[in-house]
Amino acid sequence: MLSWWLPENVSTYGQDIDWLFHLIYWITGITFILVTAAFLAFLVIYRDRPGRRARFTHGSTPLEIVWTVVPSLILVVLTLLSAPAWSKIKMTMPPTDFVLEVTAKQFNWQVTYPGADGKFGTPDDKTLLDEMHVPVGKVVRVNLKSQDVIHSFFVPNARVKQDAVPGREIAQWFEISKPGKYEVPCAELCGFGHSGMKAWLYVHTAEDYAKWAAEQLRAEAAPAADETKVAATPAAQTGGNATR
Amino acid sequence: MSAHAATAHAHAEHHELGFVRTYIFSTDHKMIARQFLFMGLFMLIIGGLLALMVRWQLAWPETAVPGMSVFLPDTGGILEPSTYNMAFTMHATIMIFFVVMPILAGAFGNFCIPLMIGARDMAFPTLNMLSFWVTFTAGLIMLGGFFVDGGHAAAGWTSYAPLSAIPQYTGTNWGQNLWCISLFVMGIGSLMGSINYITTIINMRAPGMRLFRMPLVVWSLFITAILLLLALPVLTSAVAMLLFDRTLGTSWFRPSGGGEPLLWQHLFWYFGHPEVYILILPAMGIASEILPVFARKPIFGYHAMAFSMIAIAFLSWIVYGHHMFVSGMNPALGMAFTVTTMIIAVPSAIKTFNWLGTLWGGRIQFKLPMLWALSFVWMFVIGGLSGIFMASTPVDIYIQDTYFIVAHIHYVVFGGSIMGAFAGIYYWFPKMFGRMLNPVLGHLHFWPTFVFFNVTFFPMHIIGVGGQMRRIYNPMQYEFLQHQQHWNVVMTVGAICLGLTQIIFFVNFFWSLVAGKKAPLNPWSSNTLEWQAPSPPPHLNWGPTLPTVHRGPYEYSSPESREDFLPQTAAPARAGASRH
Repeated sequence: MLSWWLPENVSTYGQDIDWLFHLIYWITGITFILVTAAFLAFLVIYRDRPGRRARFTHGSTPLEIVWTVVPSLILVVLTLLSAPAWSKIKMTMPPTDFVLEVTAKQFNWQVTYPGADGKFGTPDDKTLLDEMHVPVGKVVRVNLKSQDVIHSFFVPNARVKQDAVPGREIAQWFEISKPGKYEVPCAELCGFGHSGMKAWLYVHTAEDYAKWAAEQLRAEAAPAADETKVAATPAAQTGGNATR
Repeated sequence: MSAHAATAHAHAEHHELGFVRTYIFSTDHKMIARQFLFMGLFMLIIGGLLALMVRWQLAWPETAVPGMSVFLPDTGGILEPSTYNMAFTMHATIMIFFVVMPILAGAFGNFCIPLMIGARDMAFPTLNMLSFWVTFTAGLIMLGGFFVDGGHAAAGWTSYAPLSAIPQYTGTNWGQNLWCISLFVMGIGSLMGSINYITTIINMRAPGMRLFRMPLVVWSLFITAILLLLALPVLTSAVAMLLFDRTLGTSWFRPSGGGEPLLWQHLFWYFGHPEVYILILPAMGIASEILPVFARKPIFGYHAMAFSMIAIAFLSWIVYGHHMFVSGMNPALGMAFTVTTMIIAVPSAIKTFNWLGTLWGGRIQFKLPMLWALSFVWMFVIGGLSGIFMASTPVDIYIQDTYFIVAHIHYVVFGGSIMGAFAGIYYWFPKMFGRMLNPVLGHLHFWPTFVFFNVTFFPMHIIGVGGQMRRIYNPMQYEFLQHQQHWNVVMTVGAICLGLTQIIFFVNFFWSLVAGKKAPLNPWSSNTLEWQAPSPPPHLNWGPTLPTVHRGPYEYSSPESREDFLPQTAAPARAGASRH
């Protein structure tokens, strides 16, 4: 029942998360039904009736062992099943040449494209406000920063969430498998404008993205192309590589 | 046990105390318990009204909250985003620190510990009095924050830095400062209380009251006190550091000055996770106390119950990182915290199965304390199971900071702690005040509360899975949330009904206090020591001699006795017959 309410998943690793979610949903759901059935049955069967005396017992060691060991085993298996997805999503960074810098501030997402030179902090960088365009089927690396308080980069449809912490640069990746337009709310309380702080993530087909990039990224950046060599050693670039 | 000689001496010198020493600056643990209870119930009203303001805004965004135009004349009663942030921040702060802690640890800790271990009072009665008045002062400071310029704290009860560390980020200045000062003072009060509880339990048990003959509620309060002693000082230090960042220009948590925002989260949750168990352990103890009485049967697995609480107390220190899976903390550390978090679910499972075992084969009487204790068990099962979703790090990526978390905490803290508190109030009211609560009004309170609690909080799981973030002002600002807005309306209607139902409780409570039926010595035919004292017990509790304990607390339906209960004080029929 609960699973119908998950928003459509459009990222490659989202299905790993959804699979675990459903697994836990079934395990906890069945446990709940069994416990509730026993609970309600006991309440009915063992209700106070005249002439009956309660069973005088202080417990049972075999039962204690069973209900210690069985939940422990289930939880150990869940831990083992959770580990690969976590390591894939948060502990590895697939190689990619598509890198964006997202800098949160009260109350916007500033999305920076490196421009033709592929480097951040150069004059051909292009920054969009509350708007993010990526191609479908491509690993997108986002270097998350914040210039004031903690925000959280949340793409519900892609199952992405990562806090943006001032003073840090945190690398995060995702790969979207379906073109479309997805909301990117801030998920961490960041002040009175927290609610409504959101961007749109536009996922284009490869051709559409090339067209969009040609119009929006290269055109304006072209005049500044000569200066790139001069300013090619910004701190942001080295800092980005050093993270993790 | 030389303390007994001293208290017996004190008893001999016992004389009538004046009004002030009896009702205000009292050193009697039972009066202090009542003071904590009244304080907690008063704050419950404020915390509840704040919750209703939040719920109103979520169901019918940016419409005037009925009655609020008096307090918010500029907006005609409509909550602005900053007021809304203040409302949920203060709802959680008040409910956690000034409702659940004072009632469960303060009131029941003070009332139950000396009476149930057969002591005359706490080990340090004056410190005990001070503990209440310091906590009371903290409550006044916290309430004072509502009246300062810029409004009260609005950075969430977790007050994540740097949002909380720099006044410009929230626009609240003295509100957040008073929040820090109040929690600092509260921390000192809690320290005084916890030292007292631990000392009393270790040193002042009546003859024969071995550790493993103590009622489980005393065990739970003992463990809670140890957690309070070790966890609260971390919060106390952290809020002091936060206050210094805000007022003295230090940079503990401000990255601009070289500080580290995540340090706040580490300190806060190092306190915060044991805190969750501080809130739930006494309720678990109360349920473990009430189930055997009304099932007329010994608790199932007494030792397993005590040891699982000890296990929780140890594990609660090494699970706190699960609040920070997506915070930017090293993800390898996240993996380690998953392991410990999964493990801490085991003792809670053991407790649940033992509660079920207690019901099995019992002779269950559905009296009011039992109804609350049963609903505690059932709701705690839901709250416990929903916690497993968060323990799995990949799933937590998605549900972190959504209403799923809000659902989880309310099933644990309302379905768990508050229902446990109601169970305790219905159970011990006769001993505490010498009068019975009205059972008809009691049923009128219990059943709607149970129903509307679920109407209010269960749909939070659903909208949380749908992705609704916590602490947002208006879900309608997000296209992906609009299709589930009807649930927000359902929950708010449920919350309003839940709030209205509590009026019945307050009417019953205060009416019974004055005009309730006189309570007999032992209205529930219980075994534990407090029921051997008069209702209400006099100052110093016992007559000239302390009670002597001969057996464990849950010998219901024992073959040793013709009746279905066997008080801990009853002398054994033949020597060596009782082993437990």
